[in-house]
Amino acid sequence: MLVSDLFTEIYISITANKVRTGLTILGIVIGIASVIVMIAIGTGSQKAIEASIQSVGSNLLTIQPGQQRSFGGGARSSGTTQSLTLDDATAITEKIDRVAAVAPTVSGNEQIIANGNNANASISGVTEAYAQVNNITVASGAFISDVHEKKRAKVVVIGPDMRDEIFGADVNVVGQKIRIGGLNFTIIGVPDAKGGSGFGSSDDAVYMPLSTYQQYFAGDAYLSSISVNIAEQDQMTIAEDEITALLLTQHKIANADDADFNIRNQADIIAMTSSVTGTMTILLGAVAGISLVVGGIGIMNMMLTTVTERTREIGLRKAIGAGQKDIKQQFLLESIVLTFLGGMIGIFLGVTISYGLDHFGITSTQVSHFSIILSFSVSAVIGIVFGYYPAQRAAKLNPIHALRYE
Amino acid sequence: MIICKNITKTYGTGNTKTTALNGVSFTIEDGEFVAIMGPSGSGKSTLMHILGALDSPTEGTYTLGGQDVSQLSEEELTQIRKNKIGFVFQAFNLLPRATVLRNVMLPLIYADVPPKERLVRAQNALRAVHLAEDRWEHYSNEISGGQMQRVAIARAFVNDPSIILADEPTGNLDTKTGHFVLETFKRLNREQGRTIILITHEDDVAAFADRTIVIRDGEMVEDRQNKAITSVIRVDNKIA
Repeated sequence: MLVSDLFTEIYISITANKVRTGLTILGIVIGIASVIVMIAIGTGSQKAIEASIQSVGSNLLTIQPGQQRSFGGGARSSGTTQSLTLDDATAITEKIDRVAAVAPTVSGNEQIIANGNNANASISGVTEAYAQVNNITVASGAFISDVHEKKRAKVVVIGPDMRDEIFGADVNVVGQKIRIGGLNFTIIGVPDAKGGSGFGSSDDAVYMPLSTYQQYFAGDAYLSSISVNIAEQDQMTIAEDEITALLLTQHKIANADDADFNIRNQADIIAMTSSVTGTMTILLGAVAGISLVVGGIGIMNMMLTTVTERTREIGLRKAIGAGQKDIKQQFLLESIVLTFLGGMIGIFLGVTISYGLDHFGITSTQVSHFSIILSFSVSAVIGIVFGYYPAQRAAKLNPIHALRYE
Repeated sequence: MIICKNITKTYGTGNTKTTALNGVSFTIEDGEFVAIMGPSGSGKSTLMHILGALDSPTEGTYTLGGQDVSQLSEEELTQIRKNKIGFVFQAFNLLPRATVLRNVMLPLIYADVPPKERLVRAQNALRAVHLAEDRWEHYSNEISGGQMQRVAIARAFVNDPSIILADEPTGNLDTKTGHFVLETFKRLNREQGRTIILITHEDDVAAFADRTIVIRDGEMVEDRQNKAITSVIRVDNKIA
């Protein structure tokens, strides 16, 4: 039996009952498409989170007050302990060579009033170095400078989202007055939007000089955090060790386990979020995989029905000289062709949906070659696995009984 | 040449053992037109299955063209069916979603005959059963019963088998078209020298053959030469 004859037989067979063939294929289409879409969503959100973290600055160490805790060990005690001071920041700047910039920060929430609106804003007291450390660029006006810092000037830089909320979208606010905690401040600049949310988004933050914040709001000399920008990425670990040693000396603590501060490495955060989103991707893929298996069972169901319906035909084929192998390969190939068709349509649909989700901004997705290859091979395997039993059953039919089957 | 010696077929074991055929022996020469006749339950179907290499006898030997077929494996029986036997069934058993031509070519597909040769041989076979050429590209369920059975006959001898086995070939046809089908068998026997074995329970159908073997209760009770029938070949293309 030639290969072309085999495909002619299969063509005749699967076009004989188009509705049933279509519905069976649909099961595989949905399975394959959902595997691709789910993996695309998982990979896409992983990439989006990583990009958001990168935008904050990847050579970043963040020192916070409070003891070191392992990741996932609950909320940090940041702010509850007060241990970091401006002296620590100065010491790091002076004594550690690998450091490119140090940004001591104090932060808190205050009510701000302007233009007849009021809002609760996250206020950060920062120095000039903050912009460099956190990759902040200014869209209009200027950022907080050392001059403002020295003079304890009552000036603020407000994030674009906060600006939109209080003054309206894209209004030029440089020079406008704003009231914070009963004091008048002058807006001197608006940073560029960084996008994203959550992880260190600065789009709705309000910045003022560190000295101003400490004098009018904090009332003490402690810091909420010190962000340190390291010159070279490969020196992050060494820098982290050096800063730890330095701060232990500064705080006169002998045992590192008793440290009253903790240092977070940006790379650690990326690794952690990657592992979380990786798990999510596997979970989504597994759920989609279940629907693929259900689709496979649909194929088997259809093939068994087909074999039963065509019992007499199989008997006839055997009577005129078809061997077990001929019958088996015909039915097996038929189910492989069905899953192959379903797989192709499913891949097309899955890729289209993934791009659609991304394009219309519903969620960020990224179609990986891996998921396409995976679903392609899985659909072929499903064709073989779920087609084997029906094909075997057809091949083993006794021709005498098959010919008499009503 | 077919030589059956002491063919016995039993089903089941012990108390449930039933004997379908009990020591049947006969010889059929090449080119003979033989009817095997018997009432239902006589064992003639079992005999047909053995002659058609669909089943093996429990005891006895069946020799087809010098080859002992009685103790072959399933795979070897498939080869015998493919190359030496052509079947015609009561229910025609054509593939409904395939054209007339493709139905006739089916045995050649399994016998690995190249496509061009298939077509020529299938066309010759269809001409030999006098099926009008405008029917060849029709689907097999779009033609009449008499035409279907002639397509089935063409399919039976397209691969040039040693014997053609016809199991109640007129059972689903009215008398007139039934006669035309039987005439077709007779003509193939006379013109092409094909060995034809007709299995039937009807006397007037058996009368078309040259010789009748009668089976009753699993035993051969009669083996007679038939008298020549007056109308031998009445080829009529217009009968559809």
